[in-house]
Amino acid sequence: MSVRAMGMMKTNTETHMKIAIASGKGGTGKTTVAVNLALSIPDAQLIDCDVEEPNCNLFLNKELERIAESKITVPNIDEELCTHCGKCSEMCRFNAIATLPEKVILFPTLCHSCGGCILACPEYAISGKEKITGIISRSSNKKDHPMLYEGVLNIGESMASPVITELKRSIEPGIPTIIDSPPGTGCPVMTTLEDTDHCILVTEPTPFGLHDLKLAVKMVKIMNIPFGVIINRSEQENCIIDEYCDQENIEVLMRIPLNKRIAELYSDGIPFVEEMPEWKERFTNLFERIVNKKELA
Amino acid sequence: MKELVVISGKGGTGKTTITASFAAMAQNAVIADCDVDAPNLHLVLRPRIVETNPFYGMDKAEICLDRCIKCYKCQTACKFNAIDDDLIVNQHKCEGCGVCEYVCKASAINMIKSRSGDVHSSITDHGTMVHAELEIGEEASGKLVSAVKERTRSIALENKAELIITDGPPGTGCPVLATITGASLALIVTEPSLSGMHDLERVLQVTEHFDIPSIVCINKYDINEKNAGKIEEFCHKREIEVAGKLPYDPSPNMAMREETTVVEYRKNVLSEGIKALWERVVSELEKQ
Repeated sequence: MSVRAMGMMKTNTETHMKIAIASGKGGTGKTTVAVNLALSIPDAQLIDCDVEEPNCNLFLNKELERIAESKITVPNIDEELCTHCGKCSEMCRFNAIATLPEKVILFPTLCHSCGGCILACPEYAISGKEKITGIISRSSNKKDHPMLYEGVLNIGESMASPVITELKRSIEPGIPTIIDSPPGTGCPVMTTLEDTDHCILVTEPTPFGLHDLKLAVKMVKIMNIPFGVIINRSEQENCIIDEYCDQENIEVLMRIPLNKRIAELYSDGIPFVEEMPEWKERFTNLFERIVNKKELA
Repeated sequence: MKELVVISGKGGTGKTTITASFAAMAQNAVIADCDVDAPNLHLVLRPRIVETNPFYGMDKAEICLDRCIKCYKCQTACKFNAIDDDLIVNQHKCEGCGVCEYVCKASAINMIKSRSGDVHSSITDHGTMVHAELEIGEEASGKLVSAVKERTRSIALENKAELIITDGPPGTGCPVLATITGASLALIVTEPSLSGMHDLERVLQVTEHFDIPSIVCINKYDINEKNAGKIEEFCHKREIEVAGKLPYDPSPNMAMREETTVVEYRKNVLSEGIKALWERVVSELEKQ
């Protein structure tokens, strides 16, 4: 392959690269990494998929505009047609419909919108009704860097995944994309990581951090996503995380030291690359390394 | 019997550290770890498992291709895009609703019971503890939380325990809602960062929405005293009690390495703070 062709390919991968920042344990520094990384890549967009607790914009202060809503379909029962036969409740495996002798009670937060009750009703008494469960917003200034997309799950709603799916549907294709994931290893995280090219797992050098990192590693392996680790609040090399990564042949991509200045900037909502420019370069290099690795693979 | 849940909105604020210390100080309590996505309480309470019950999440669809007449009705009816063009069910996407089985005219689809984790009942130095393991990639954390809670309640009844202490998950979604259901009191642990404050506000809206009485603890308050002051002001306006302010201290990490709780590890400003917080929590629980 000619150097020129390789160059073109690089641009191509770079523009399409979707990198998710995940962790297992909460509070290890996902948002810190996502925001600082996005700020260090020209033309990147940042997607805040932690829809239960979206925090990226606390560090960016963008003016946002609402661009979409996430909706789920819940049953709407026509009481006149309903004979209280109970077939809908029988069909519903999520216990979202209870049929009493003279009444049907709905539990919309348990509903998974599978449409089973609508199919099962012999009287055609059930139709689907849209319910808004979350809001999708985006930087209103198109010249913003990074462009920020954010989803927020409405208070009292239980299912984060439909909001994340709608959010991911709204983003711009063809530009480098940094995705801030929710913590854990459950459905919202898997919905976030689906179709991403690379995952950065952020952890801290404590037994809790190590334990939850192992769970997150299992998850990305099952999902077949290439990944590396960032150790946040690092106090020394050769910590318990290094030992584990060595054993498992996992690349430690970066170490962010336990540093009072970084912690203070974080607590005030200031991305540390803005005050410590040497870090911007490190994040830019990190991004390039991930892109190059993807090309080699 | 009272139920205390420790939650936070934001992850990593110190829920587990505080819950573990409470467990060490409580008399006659049963302990539950409801952070089933990333459970950590067992790392400091060293449970010895005495009983394990399989946890079955949602059933999963299985298509018998020998019987299948390739009508693709199942694929069309599936709202989760879990059935691909080769009529293979993606186990991670299947939510177990059974709609495909219902629409299949050839009776080619069965809903298969699937073990997606375990619920353990264990003995610790500080009483009985219920905790769980979820198979990776299983999508039933809310349901597993409910299973943990159910087991905990039945043990608490059996033991005539007066209190259940629950370590909760971060966030405001399904696992959190399952955790706080039926709780007598929520202790919300926050930290004086913009993220901590923002997430406190959201999780408080959730506990208010479900009518769960709530009190707040500001952990690591001295990392940013200005923000800690703002949290106090905010709570004061909302008539939410700030039941404790704990200083930043490296001892939780040291205690964790020794697999023990902060209050047992060393007497210092932090452990004394947690003790005082516990007394406030106990008197608040008595009022509920």
